[in-house]
Amino acid sequence: MGVIVLLLIASIAVAALFLGGFIWSVKNGQYDDEFSPPVRILFDDKPSNDKSDK
Amino acid sequence: MSVEVKKQTTCYHCGEDCQEGKIVLEEKNFCCEGCKMVYQLLNEHGLCDYYDLNNNPGQSQRIAVRKDKFAFLEDPGIAQQLISFRNEEQTHITFYLPHIHCSSCLYLVENLHRIHPGIVRTTVNFTRKETDVIFNHKKISLREVAELLTSIGYEPYISLNNLKAKKPRLPRTMIYQLGVAGFCFANIMLMSFPEYLGLEEAEKNLQNAFRYLNLILSLPVLLFSAQPFYESAWKSLKHRFLNIDAPIVLAIWVTFFRSVFEVLTNTGSGYFDSFAGIVFFMLIGRVLQDKTYQQLSFERDYTSYFPIAVTVLKEEKEIPTALPDIKAGDTLMIHHEELVPADGILTRGKAFIDYSFVTGESLPVLKEVGEIIYAGGKQTGGNMELLVVKEVSQSYLTRLWNQQEKEVPEEKGVSFVHLLSRYFTYIVLTVAILTAVYWWVNDITRIWPAVTAILIIACPCALLLSNTFTNGNILRILGRNKLYLRNAQSIEEMAAIDHIVFDKTGTLTTTHRHDVVYEGESLHKSDLQAISALSSQSSHPLSKALVRHLGRNQLTVSAFEEQTGKGISGQINGESFALGSLPFITGKAAGAEGTRVYVSRNGSLLGHFSFRNHYRNEVNDLLNDLQSEYGLAVISGDNAAERQTLQHLAGKNTTLLFNQQPHDKLEYVRKMQSAGKKVMMVGDGLNDAIAMQESNMGIAIAEDTNSFTPASDGILESGALAKLHRFIRLAKANKQIVLASFVMSIAYNIVGLYFAVQGTLSPLIAAVLMPSSSISIILLTFGSSNLAARWLKL
Repeated sequence: MGVIVLLLIASIAVAALFLGGFIWSVKNGQYDDEFSPPVRILFDDKPSNDKSDK
Repeated sequence: MSVEVKKQTTCYHCGEDCQEGKIVLEEKNFCCEGCKMVYQLLNEHGLCDYYDLNNNPGQSQRIAVRKDKFAFLEDPGIAQQLISFRNEEQTHITFYLPHIHCSSCLYLVENLHRIHPGIVRTTVNFTRKETDVIFNHKKISLREVAELLTSIGYEPYISLNNLKAKKPRLPRTMIYQLGVAGFCFANIMLMSFPEYLGLEEAEKNLQNAFRYLNLILSLPVLLFSAQPFYESAWKSLKHRFLNIDAPIVLAIWVTFFRSVFEVLTNTGSGYFDSFAGIVFFMLIGRVLQDKTYQQLSFERDYTSYFPIAVTVLKEEKEIPTALPDIKAGDTLMIHHEELVPADGILTRGKAFIDYSFVTGESLPVLKEVGEIIYAGGKQTGGNMELLVVKEVSQSYLTRLWNQQEKEVPEEKGVSFVHLLSRYFTYIVLTVAILTAVYWWVNDITRIWPAVTAILIIACPCALLLSNTFTNGNILRILGRNKLYLRNAQSIEEMAAIDHIVFDKTGTLTTTHRHDVVYEGESLHKSDLQAISALSSQSSHPLSKALVRHLGRNQLTVSAFEEQTGKGISGQINGESFALGSLPFITGKAAGAEGTRVYVSRNGSLLGHFSFRNHYRNEVNDLLNDLQSEYGLAVISGDNAAERQTLQHLAGKNTTLLFNQQPHDKLEYVRKMQSAGKKVMMVGDGLNDAIAMQESNMGIAIAEDTNSFTPASDGILESGALAKLHRFIRLAKANKQIVLASFVMSIAYNIVGLYFAVQGTLSPLIAAVLMPSSSISIILLTFGSSNLAARWLKL
């Protein structure tokens, strides 16, 4: 009985955590542009070629 | 290997054909100096990955951007209105870069800081084609940033529209509501299971805990997630109209309050899971249906076409001035390729105005000093000076727009779904009353459970679900086929169409190609080559069409002369050739025989080439296809020279109207509408815009979706014009699918009502019936709309 209550609280807490994560990601604009992020991550940085030493 | 061969003939930067006049650098071919310069710049900064990510990712640089084009950005007043943030060090600004189209673009623009150290960071939003630039304004000025972007082939598009208040970002509320509903639904489901599976008497406390938790979890659904339905229902009630959301809100509330009552009185567990589930599913449908094409704009007004600033001449000085500050009496300096922003009188220079944006006609019109030039035309004959007679807000084009705004028709039709739901509601209420009367006579204690159960089970949510999911899916299928509709309502508008009006120039014809026919003395091959070589020296659209018709060659032209808007002449292989209008060649006044270019050799007239707009290849089939089912009309602003060709193309029964002003087009649409027709207007230019607004469904044809289109209900890529007939059929299928799934949902309802009228609807039956009916309906609508699309080969 006590275990079930504990589990209940835990499960809702975890779910709420995900809900919070979801809301944060929407607010953060992660769904605004679905093209750039997956492409951006594949770009190599080649500082060796870079002459403008930025 | 084939790639190798291709590389030899196309530009390494932009992929354009560059067999002739190519520039070779490091074994790479370039079509023009501009492309080569971009390559050199990227090479110098180690950004050649740009070319590895995609083949020929660039944009042709043949037409160079004018040197002082962005001079207006140095004006602090104008700059201030564009900048979003500025402190001592940094400036933030958002540019719209229409050329962004692939991952290479993303790579290059985001590595801007490697080209210039003054750039702190650039972030591309691909779907909006926007770039947020953060730069250090001590190292680089705003104008230099714009010019830097231009130098790598991404010219920022800055229009008068940018001066208006920033557009709000896409509303995210519904996404949050969906998330919350999903969270609550899943947890309520989880906590309802123990009770469905059976709890022992000893676990009474636990049961209560579950029930109260469910109650708490369903509160956010009621108060937050279901808000869109309240808003819509309230709006419809205010207009004294019962739409589909009104019975849904009723069902939601009845479900919730009955459940609360049961929990508080300890008589049952309530229907919280059904309640949260239905809201969740309906929200998914809404989100799916409301997903619009962010990169497209259906609401453009003239401000997004107009430049943000123009050059005003004052006391021999060129002052960049924001457009709203232009006054009548100012003298404007209009550069080559610039848009005329206000009506004015030409005072100096040659005006060679391309009105394609207003009328769809691609051939420029020559205007002499002293003639009035209307706003909206693009100058293509070098620089000119213009005395403004009417301010921007008063000019012809602006008035055309404002009028359009005034004449926006009131709410276009009401979706048949709402009408259906109304009958549905009446039936349900009747059933509920009959049941109440029956139980009042027989067993008064069962009125309350029976009536509420009816209202819960008979919620027309299945109808709403089938409607939104089908609409969403059809919108996506159409989008895949390059027809982008403004919203779901447009699908229904399209299904009801029985009269289609086409604009001719730019819609049925393409502006890029002309049919060329030669009449006169027969020409030798050498003559044709010479004519082609001569025309290739000029950038006039007719010269270009002639070159395309005759084929390019390498002959050299000496003593080349061009008189803008009149003709060209030059020496080829010792013979002098001239091409141009009749007055230019012979000195005689020209008649009105359509578009002709006369040609002379050594001073004697040989004959002429006549040019006709090239009908899109698919037009013949399309019109043939459509005329059996729909009334057709072709309306053109041109003269009647092509009546015969067109009548042949479009069939006997098609109405053809020529010399039509924008208002005549509007009148025609109105006339057909008052005759009870549902009119679709297919057009491309601003001259069709008012008619498109007035029609039941306005579709704008665009060569590519980046180009600007007038306000419309849908944007169709010109390549997909041939599919128009099938698009309409799909829209009709949409209605049938919704009706079919409605019938199916009624079957479910009858099963549910069977339990409900007896007052024996247990939460378990509701919990099984509700999601299974919803999901099966979603599957049905998805499956059948995809099937319909496949059937129509879309």
